[in-house]
Amino acid sequence: MAGHNYLLTVLTFFPLMGAFTLLLLSGDDHVWIRRFTLFASVIEFIMSLFLLRGFSLADGGYQFEEFYAWIPSLHIHYHMGVDGISLFLILLTTFLTPLAVLCSWNSIHEHVKEFFAMLLVLEMGMVGVFCALDLFLFFVFWEVMLIPMYFLIGIWGHGRKVYAALKFILYTMLGSILMLVGILWLFHLSGVAGNPTFDLPTIVSMLHNGQISLPWHSELLLFLAFILAFAIKVPVFPLHTWLPDAHTEAPTAGSVILAGVLLKMGTYGMLRFCLPLFPEASHRAAPIIAVLAIIGIIYAALVAMVQTNLKRLVAYTSVSHLGFVVLGIFVFNSTAMEGAIYQMLNHGVSTGMLFLVCGMIYDRRHTYEFSELGGLAKPMPVLCAFFLFACLSSLALPMLNGFVGEFMILIGTFEFHAAWAIWAATGAILSAVYLLWAYQRTALEKVTVAKNENLPDATPRERLILIVASVVIVFMGVASPLFTHRMDATTNALLQQVGDRTGYTARHVAPQAAQPTQHELALRSVTLERRAQP
Amino acid sequence: MFILNHLWIILALPLAGSMLTLLAGRHWPQKYVNISSVGFVVLTFLSYCELAREFFNLNASQIPWIGNYFTWMTAGNFRVDFALQVDQLTIVMVGVVTLVGMLIHIYSIGYMAHEEGYYRFFAEMNLFMFFMLTLVMASNLVLLFVGWEGVGLCSYLLISFFFQKKSAADAGKKAFITTRIGDFGFTIGILMAFWTFGSIDYKTMFATAANMPVEGMHQWGVLTSIGLLLLAGAVGKSAQLPLYVWLPDAMEGPTPVSALIHAATMVTAGVYMVARMNVLYSHAPAAMLAVAIIGGATALYAATIGLAQNDIKKVLAYSTISQLGYMFLACGVGAYAAGIFHLMTHAFFKGLLFLAAGSVIHAIGGEQDMQKMGGLWKKIPWTYATMLVATLAISGAPLFSGFFSKDEILFAAYAGPNANRALWGLGLFGALLTACYMFRLIFLTFHGKPRYDEHHVHVHESPKVMLVPLVILATLAVVGGWFALPTYWGGPDYFKGFLTPVFNSSWELASKLHPAWVEPAHSLEIEMTGIAVLAGLIGFLIAWYLYIRKPARPNKLANAFGPVYKLLLNKYYVDELYGAVIIGPLIWISRNVLWKVIDLGLIDGTVNGLAFLSRESGSGLRRIQSGNTRSYAAWVVIGAVAVTVFFVWMVR
Repeated sequence: MAGHNYLLTVLTFFPLMGAFTLLLLSGDDHVWIRRFTLFASVIEFIMSLFLLRGFSLADGGYQFEEFYAWIPSLHIHYHMGVDGISLFLILLTTFLTPLAVLCSWNSIHEHVKEFFAMLLVLEMGMVGVFCALDLFLFFVFWEVMLIPMYFLIGIWGHGRKVYAALKFILYTMLGSILMLVGILWLFHLSGVAGNPTFDLPTIVSMLHNGQISLPWHSELLLFLAFILAFAIKVPVFPLHTWLPDAHTEAPTAGSVILAGVLLKMGTYGMLRFCLPLFPEASHRAAPIIAVLAIIGIIYAALVAMVQTNLKRLVAYTSVSHLGFVVLGIFVFNSTAMEGAIYQMLNHGVSTGMLFLVCGMIYDRRHTYEFSELGGLAKPMPVLCAFFLFACLSSLALPMLNGFVGEFMILIGTFEFHAAWAIWAATGAILSAVYLLWAYQRTALEKVTVAKNENLPDATPRERLILIVASVVIVFMGVASPLFTHRMDATTNALLQQVGDRTGYTARHVAPQAAQPTQHELALRSVTLERRAQP
Repeated sequence: MFILNHLWIILALPLAGSMLTLLAGRHWPQKYVNISSVGFVVLTFLSYCELAREFFNLNASQIPWIGNYFTWMTAGNFRVDFALQVDQLTIVMVGVVTLVGMLIHIYSIGYMAHEEGYYRFFAEMNLFMFFMLTLVMASNLVLLFVGWEGVGLCSYLLISFFFQKKSAADAGKKAFITTRIGDFGFTIGILMAFWTFGSIDYKTMFATAANMPVEGMHQWGVLTSIGLLLLAGAVGKSAQLPLYVWLPDAMEGPTPVSALIHAATMVTAGVYMVARMNVLYSHAPAAMLAVAIIGGATALYAATIGLAQNDIKKVLAYSTISQLGYMFLACGVGAYAAGIFHLMTHAFFKGLLFLAAGSVIHAIGGEQDMQKMGGLWKKIPWTYATMLVATLAISGAPLFSGFFSKDEILFAAYAGPNANRALWGLGLFGALLTACYMFRLIFLTFHGKPRYDEHHVHVHESPKVMLVPLVILATLAVVGGWFALPTYWGGPDYFKGFLTPVFNSSWELASKLHPAWVEPAHSLEIEMTGIAVLAGLIGFLIAWYLYIRKPARPNKLANAFGPVYKLLLNKYYVDELYGAVIIGPLIWISRNVLWKVIDLGLIDGTVNGLAFLSRESGSGLRRIQSGNTRSYAAWVVIGAVAVTVFFVWMVR
């Protein structure tokens, strides 16, 4: 693995270099700006595939680790690493970015250079978030990522774009500030314990071996600080109202990235931080979070159903689908958890594709209102066929990707709490209702608006985008073990840390059971020493 | 052993045909489309023949024969393999699907010749074959569900084939969503089955279930729950009460689609599933009773609606619902073999009825209203003859295929171990009505005076490519029953004997549970047959009297029994009821309460209100925001120093 020592750093900062290089190009040379951005993002994707080659299936810990002192006086480290959870999220990011670039090919006319530079900066932030293992570093990436997104919506969006951008940033900032407080508090606690650090694995092990003892109410407060930030990001009902606005007004590339990757940071954060740092609070809060997730599944589906705007409808479906992911995380078993991780990827591709189709329709008609659409399958049979395909993937048709994740989540949830699974499964009916209805209102029946009669069908560029997405959707629907095998070790390790339901009870009945053995303690001190050295 | 070792070929052939036609067929002449899609279906049928030949050479111990191809899902202790299996039940089902499917594909060459989207039609039909074969060949519950949802998709696509018609688009959506409501139960059933058995493989499931105690009638046990949940899926897919509403609307699709998907194969998936799960059901008598009640009630209920419909395809649709009810009734009283047998004969004669109806519609220029037909028999004699054969078969005329299968069901309901005389009564009355509405259809369509405009409509017999499948199916509708010649006729009942390995344990269990039950005498069976035939005959005579003898009578009757007639004509207003009680309120609440009040009003209002408040209270701080860069920089430095001091103090 020696050759991969810098892979994560390269993956993170290569897009930033790309963005800087882009600034050297002349602002009027739109063709080369696009080509260069596409080139850079494709190279990034190819490089990210090397992660798969070096990734060990048996290792449940972090791989490709990089560890340097960054700001020694504040004990901030540059600590990067991936495991079975973040591996595919990074791939999802690097996969969706070229698609986002391609779909913006002809739809961005102003500040083209800045637009594509923003996309690349955004990619850096996203990859960084998934790699960072130092709380401070994570927070930096988390915040850095907001800025390009804010501009993408605010500058290149449409409609009430400034309102939407502000709403997006304010909601997220509110969460971030709470999380920052939580991070500083944890740092403080580690300092009290004699080893001040922002390093996530160190803090986790300090919490688990009792070096940091956390009274129950403190754990709950800390947990709340983190979970609120993530719940806003996901978003969990009732913190979701920033999302329809942000999605609807964002340019297509923004929506694709927003739905495809940014939302996953919320669920990723829950897995990466909430569960291992605060297992007891996670267990205790699980019923509330799960119920909110289920309300979100049903509520957002119903609201999606009655939307009059295609893109807003798709936006609401994200709330519904992410509800499944959150549910899968908080039932603490490996089937549901792997289902949840898989569903994050699925949602990224399926909803990404839905937004791509929406964007293509918008490029032609400059509207998302159903009253202006209808009957499009006649002038645009190919585009509408792909639209239907994306809908089917999103409504979890077996042999397409969505089914696998959703089914695993339901199987795992049923074991934990049957009623939750039953309520969540109603989402499957509703998703058929809103998607097929949306499809009917867009593509079927007679063309009612004269402008729609002679719309051009998908161009070769658009076909390329849609074919790539479709192939991935089928592949993920059929070959899921290729993905889930790489998650096994990590989810098992994580669940061991958190304890499943029985393990959790056991921990409370017999606290001794959780005490680490001498051997483990020795191992940990070695790790700590290694980490302490710059 | 070639096909047995490569079971996937049977699935791959129609899939390949579908993909090829879909991706390349858009600019092809129709001939190429025929070669690629019909050709692949013929190949599928041929490989089925080879499969059957190889299957008959297997030892009993090698059955079910399983081919495991790859792991589809695995996470934690949950695992699904893409594995196919062949046993006697599969052989029957695959046979029905490939044979009827092939004939209908051939017929479609003629029927669809003038339609736009020819290639799309055939690509989707092939895709349907793929999913239907997956459904019947799956060796676990989740893979069955793949086929189950897949055929639902194809049904959706093909019902809304004429997508520019609003009614067609609506009907497709309705079909998909209504069956999904049933599939909700089905999904929960699978979850529960996995939770109970620790596996969704048939083999493990059935072995575990066989060792579980039989749940009493009043005991709501886990097997009963699973049985009822899976039944919910079957009720949706097989259009039984109360989820049947989508099937009549599904007639918006092209007629070959109605024949293949909405009569012969897909809608029977529910029956197949119940039969496949017979071990579960026989351990859960309450679930079985539910199957029987739903079946019996639907059989009669749909038949009554069929009496008053004027659209030729709608009559056949309600007839399908009714006949599916008989199959459920059979499974519910434990006569699984009879249910599957009726499934097979029904596939022949109902497929034929639809194709013949299609031929009629084709002949008369697209008209579907029987009130505008009449006297057609001379002009389209082949269509008439084949349709008459099918009508005789469905009405249970002696020696026709439907006669054997329906009798077996009614007999099992009357005298089987799980006999239920009340349901038998429903079934018998349904049989009377069946003969009545079917002969009504024949008389209205083919007899009497022409009621269409003879100057404008030039009735013509369909081309050979459509007639040949009709004739083949007509032959099968006659001889198809002879495989199961009951023992009292001196026949060996091959069919039941063939399926015995699949249903044997359930049968033995039923005999064990009802120790008092004795095998009824042949004389009783003959009596029962006589009663059933008599019922059919009465039905026929009523139709004959009303529509041939006194053609003016039906209108008078309709007037005399105005409310009843209206109720039947409007299908008991069930669609309207669902619309008013479920769909309307759900949309209203979603739009006006959830979206407008809660989302936009409550949540967003709170957020925006907070923003407003903070802006107002923050106006005092506005002075700090001078817009002066240097003062901003100063603030940043001060802030950074403050944070650093805080850190240093804290870490100290």
